[in-house]
Amino acid sequence: MKKIINDPSAVVEESLRGLAAAHGDILRVRTDPAVVYRADAPVTGKVAIISGGGAGHEPMHGGFVGPGMLDAAAPGAVFTSPTPDQVQAAVQHVDGGAGVLLIVKNYTGDVLNFETAAEFASADGIDVRTVVIDDDVAVKDSLYTAGRRGVGGTALLEKIVGGAAEDGYNLDECEALARRVIASVRSMGVALTACTVPHAGEPSFVLADDEIEIGIGIHGEPGRRRVSHQPADQLVATLLDPILEDLPFSSGDRVLLFTNSMGGTPLVELYLAHGIAERLLAARGITVERRLVGPYVTSLEMQGMSLTVLKVDDEMLRWWDAPVRTAALRWGV
Amino acid sequence: MGCDAAGVIAAIRSAAAVVDAHRDELVNLDREIGDADHGENLKRGFTAVVSKLDAAGDTPGAVLKVVASTLISTVGGAAGPLYGTAFLRAAAKLGTAVAVTPGSVVDALEAALEGVVARGKAEPGDKTMVDALTPAVAAARAAPGSVADVLRAAADAADQGARDTVPLVARKGRASYLGERSAGHMDPGARSTALLLRAFAEAAS
Repeated sequence: MKKIINDPSAVVEESLRGLAAAHGDILRVRTDPAVVYRADAPVTGKVAIISGGGAGHEPMHGGFVGPGMLDAAAPGAVFTSPTPDQVQAAVQHVDGGAGVLLIVKNYTGDVLNFETAAEFASADGIDVRTVVIDDDVAVKDSLYTAGRRGVGGTALLEKIVGGAAEDGYNLDECEALARRVIASVRSMGVALTACTVPHAGEPSFVLADDEIEIGIGIHGEPGRRRVSHQPADQLVATLLDPILEDLPFSSGDRVLLFTNSMGGTPLVELYLAHGIAERLLAARGITVERRLVGPYVTSLEMQGMSLTVLKVDDEMLRWWDAPVRTAALRWGV
Repeated sequence: MGCDAAGVIAAIRSAAAVVDAHRDELVNLDREIGDADHGENLKRGFTAVVSKLDAAGDTPGAVLKVVASTLISTVGGAAGPLYGTAFLRAAAKLGTAVAVTPGSVVDALEAALEGVVARGKAEPGDKTMVDALTPAVAAARAAPGSVADVLRAAADAADQGARDTVPLVARKGRASYLGERSAGHMDPGARSTALLLRAFAEAAS
């Protein structure tokens, strides 16, 4: 394992210190328990949007903290959900009196810890709502699993609901919008290589030179099936077809297309794949209204990518286009 | 070991040492079918637990309550809330009694299992810690004798339960995403449950 680290158990804390140093104009970081929150929090009268999850997916979620997106993020250890007191601390830092919306990815640990935190915060008299995103179409037989995972769609959800909250949506409206986005977004990912969790020291799985893992989540866990490596045209179709069949998306739909690097795939390949995805969508009569391309929901240094397609309407587009000022996403300001 | 608070504290210390010694094994089991953090997370949790034991209280229930809240606030993932709930329910069952008895240990184990099932919604056969804890409770209930005897029966059954998870296909937790490919690996949560019960049994002997 070759990484730019000191002690594997101090990776997250040292990284958060660097995040605070780099973006002190936007966010603040506290430790014990670790919370990233916007510099001007709490914003009185505004619904607070909070998310969190394991570290290792940067820039999600700390990079999405700032005006127009998240009020706070609770970063857990690498690939480990945050603890309830981290989430509680986040709530205390950013609650502006208008209620709190927790955005939770559907992974067992995330759901359990956020659920516990929400119970505590409710007991303190704070109006807390929770939405669980589960956009990963790779998980088919959810009766026999922990259910679909929350993956790339989380970034789009946080931007859209964050924009609406910034502009004055109340808690009911934020929650309803979030549920609509969750119902309208689907994702699928592929790994070309495994990643190495710092404290594990070895790759999470081993792929032969000509093998890829289809249907991965975002925690270095192996995917749903292992197949031979494919040319990009075929690979993009392999990801896109199950997404389009699932919702389903059909001719005439307007969408936001998000082409995401898992961390180790460079932009030259990512743009190549994005171009193919645009072409395949056009061939099906689906209009790409907005795009996001880059490493936003990553798995450490894993090579690979995911595609996320969100069926948009005018309301979602309005909040997608709304100003945002965070470490990772910034426009309109 | 005594059956009072000091004895329970000693048992928790030995559990922490066992978690430390098996950290790499648990990380590797989890790397194969999960996300490679179980050993590291439990080690972080029990290290924090040990630092709080000196002021943990003067009844077995009070000690276990400190263990529960510390695990919940330091472990994260699924293991934090699940083990936290297990110790919390066990603590509640022991109440304010100044010492544990064979009967109260069995009741506490059963309460722990009920807590884990309620929070994790897993059933036997799902390839989780429930597969170690369920047979452990049954064996403890059937075991006559001392606290040490009860815990030894529980640990033996949990060992077997953990081994029996090897051929199972996971239906809960992160391993469930592997489908059929999760078969052939021992569940890291069942393994850590067996390790903890063994540590308690040996401390009691």
